[in-house]
Amino acid sequence: MISQFFVLSQRGDNIVFRDYRSEVAKGSAEIFFRKVKFWKEDGQEEAPPVFNVDGVNYFHVKVVGLLFVATTRVNVSPSLVLELLQRIARVIKDYLGVLSEDSLRKNFVLVYELLDEVIDFGYVQTTSTEVLKSYVFNEPIVIDAARLQPLGPAAIFMQGTTKRMPGTAVTKSVVANEPGGRKREEIFVDIIEKISVTFSSSGIY
Amino acid sequence: MAPPAQSQRSQSPSQPSGKSEVSDLKLQLRQLAGSRAPGVDDSKRELFKKVISYMTIGIDVSSLFGEMVMCSTTSDIVLKKMCYLYVGNYAKVNPDLALLTINFLQRDCHDQDPMIRGLALRSLCSLRVANLVEYLVGPLGSGLKDSNSYVRMVAVIGVLKLYHISASTCVDADFPSTLKHLMLNDSDTQVVANCLSSLQEIWSAEASTSEEASREREALISKPVIYYLLNRIKEFSEWAQCLVLELVTKYVPSESSEIFDIMNLLEDRLQHANGAVVLATVKVFLQLTLSMTDVHQQVYERIKAPLLTLVSSGSPEQSYAVLSHLHLLVMRAPYVFSSDYKHFYCQYNEPSYVKRLKLEMLTAVANESNTYEIVTELCEYAANVDIPIARESIRAVGKIALQQYDVNAIVDRLLQFLEMEKDYVTAEALVLVKDLLRKYPQWSHDCIAVVGNISSKNVQEPKAKAALIWMLGEYSQDMQDAPYILESLVENWDEEHSAEVRLHLLTAVMKCFFKRPPETQSALGAALAAGVADFHQDVHDRALFYYRILRYNVSVAERVVNPPKQAVSVFADTQSSEIKDRIFDEFNSLSVLYQKPSYMFTDKEHRGPLEFADELGNLSIGEAADNVVSSQRVEENDKDLLLTTAEKEETRAGHSQQASFGIDDLLGLGMPAVPNVPSPPQLKLNTKAALDPSTFQQKWRQLPIALSQELSLSPQAVAALTAPQALLRHMQSHSIHCIASGGQSPNFKFFFFAQKYEESSNYLVECIINTSSGKAQVKVKADDQSTSQAFSTLFESALSKFGTP
Repeated sequence: MISQFFVLSQRGDNIVFRDYRSEVAKGSAEIFFRKVKFWKEDGQEEAPPVFNVDGVNYFHVKVVGLLFVATTRVNVSPSLVLELLQRIARVIKDYLGVLSEDSLRKNFVLVYELLDEVIDFGYVQTTSTEVLKSYVFNEPIVIDAARLQPLGPAAIFMQGTTKRMPGTAVTKSVVANEPGGRKREEIFVDIIEKISVTFSSSGIY
Repeated sequence: MAPPAQSQRSQSPSQPSGKSEVSDLKLQLRQLAGSRAPGVDDSKRELFKKVISYMTIGIDVSSLFGEMVMCSTTSDIVLKKMCYLYVGNYAKVNPDLALLTINFLQRDCHDQDPMIRGLALRSLCSLRVANLVEYLVGPLGSGLKDSNSYVRMVAVIGVLKLYHISASTCVDADFPSTLKHLMLNDSDTQVVANCLSSLQEIWSAEASTSEEASREREALISKPVIYYLLNRIKEFSEWAQCLVLELVTKYVPSESSEIFDIMNLLEDRLQHANGAVVLATVKVFLQLTLSMTDVHQQVYERIKAPLLTLVSSGSPEQSYAVLSHLHLLVMRAPYVFSSDYKHFYCQYNEPSYVKRLKLEMLTAVANESNTYEIVTELCEYAANVDIPIARESIRAVGKIALQQYDVNAIVDRLLQFLEMEKDYVTAEALVLVKDLLRKYPQWSHDCIAVVGNISSKNVQEPKAKAALIWMLGEYSQDMQDAPYILESLVENWDEEHSAEVRLHLLTAVMKCFFKRPPETQSALGAALAAGVADFHQDVHDRALFYYRILRYNVSVAERVVNPPKQAVSVFADTQSSEIKDRIFDEFNSLSVLYQKPSYMFTDKEHRGPLEFADELGNLSIGEAADNVVSSQRVEENDKDLLLTTAEKEETRAGHSQQASFGIDDLLGLGMPAVPNVPSPPQLKLNTKAALDPSTFQQKWRQLPIALSQELSLSPQAVAALTAPQALLRHMQSHSIHCIASGGQSPNFKFFFFAQKYEESSNYLVECIINTSSGKAQVKVKADDQSTSQAFSTLFESALSKFGTP
């Protein structure tokens, strides 16, 4: 039973914020970020994924440098919430094509729509991209991912080749969760092959 | 007269960016509101997006409420969503304006498109304004009967939202029973799951005030409901499966064939990709088989593989959650996992909290066969860049050494650490060597040889320094330089900040003195002088004490300070097993991660609906029975557990009204009200009778024996008569007071007296009880002979009640 869900950037800016149950004060994102940034207890350098401050439990996962956070007041299963956070990140990525602070900011309306369908009053409804497609109507604004150039001397040769796969490959998720149980056991797999080759001047490699 | 728009726009640019743009938006919205031009929807979308983005950032756009409502009359669902999002956010602040939107929302609830119906219903319920509650009931009712499953889904959660706004409206409209009907009959599984969550929450909240609600809550875990849900479990979404499995853990099957049926059905859930489902299934298995030890063992074997797979798959956060649960299981049954220790090796890129867990698991799993490899691995970690982890791993090696019998390899390794020349390594290793020597004094030779080479200047940490000094004192006869090292340490007394080190220094110098007096004498003098002048209370006291005892008698001092010591066998303990069992009961929840039972970190009002069992603070007798039952189900041959739970019951009983049934009375478990004084109608006794011993003796000599009887005691009474006090208290509650008691088992002798109510007529009793034969010989003497028979009956019945619960 989730109380709030929010996404913070590396610097602690609130990108997405959703309060489902009004049980937790609004300043929780602040409290959370301060705690995580300056975690020095127990001699550990990193904050554990789950911790408790004043009766509120904070769960977070780090995805591409963004912090996906959920808060709850009750004693829930930690794997459930952590798994949920990962799943939400994946669903959003499926819809937006690429997950980054920028794409989230440009598509926040779509993200809010998704969040409304995924969690209702703190209870998880569904995280299957297939099912969500029929509930969500906004169109995503796709950020051009080719802007993210790989570093290195060969960079200039790779400009035209970092194409993202468009269309159905983006929206079909690997985990199929059809309503009514699985009718066919199937998974979808992407195979990416990278070959590094050295050519000699005579074309022999 | 300048138009108002311009004056607003001409406000200074230093204003927070909201103001002028908000009023801009206001104008634009107003323009678009009435317009029916074809491109209007897109521009409306753009505007709405801006409004929402301001809302997210935190700029107050509540002044646009009226315009937003005007613009919401559109058939474009995207616009509608945005509009309702805005309304839901600000409705609480503008309840009157929210009333305007009710019309639109209600109309949309009857729209053709189920998406719009669902959306409107959800928004309606999210308004959270108290006086709009009556508008909710109608749409919710029709939503629950809707033909489309999406709408029903939304309606069910809507009922729950209504409950939180106004519980009475919800219950009066009889929604809970509608939900129950839906849960058991609906075809769509998400509707069923939502019904389950809503009903759990509603009934848990109602249970404290309503009998019916608590009965319904109990009915949720009855056989028909559970079986119905289990039969459909594969159709549920993975999150709903977790919900159902959580419910199943509370179900108590009536026979073991049921247990096996349930386990067979849920077997394949263990292979689910979602870690939460797997953990929930594991919890079900473990709870169901608690009473059957051999099956319980097999369960452990069965769940090993899926859990270990989960640890290595998924993100680090997910594997942390699974690892914590695995840690709990490993602590409970280390031998089951002893062959899988390789899975608990740390990887270089894991965060520190994961590594810590793995180290603890490695120490738990170590046994004769795998100790060597585990210790080798741990020694590699000692060279780790991450200092806390290096320390932890050295401590882990030490812990293993203390657990095992065959320690020479470990001791060698530890001594190698000491030669590593890294200060934190040396510090940890010294502390460990000290503990090792306390347990295995036979290794002193090798250890001392190495320790002696360590210059005390390299050791800075208080604990390590204290350990070194202890060793210097304890084995000063073997270490050549001991007195001189101690002397130099004493010279630096003022630079020594830690009180612990100073205390140890005092003791060590004393011990050294007893073994090598001529060399240490001056050091001793200096140490005592410095100690007596010290500011710290403990140091001062100890130095003074040593000084005085030395002046008194040196050999006595030696016996006090340096007695021959035995090897330590067991070191101090950690968490009580009772808390550990509570945490185990709350498997698959945050208790496992925090390593604390849930009542320690949740506020009271948030403990339902997942928590049916209450915590220790609650003293009603129903709970006592509950907990006794559950503790009986725990078939562990761990007497500790049963005893601690019994103690818990006793302290509870002790807290309730009768202090007389205190800790001695083991059979007074959860006894209800104070037992009535069972006086026969004729004879009433004065509860506050008093008689001094001399009067008693006098009377005893004077009066003839009125009655002499032999009574037999029930076995419980015999068992309870471990000490005379138990009987005394019991009899006192029957207004029969004791003036003298004594004897040792099996023979006890008691002298009782009692006074008749409102008269000064006394009854005297001599009672000799032989617990081995279970017989009591009673002699009654009375002032008033006529009533002696009545009194004796009273006494007999009181005695017979002793020991019965």
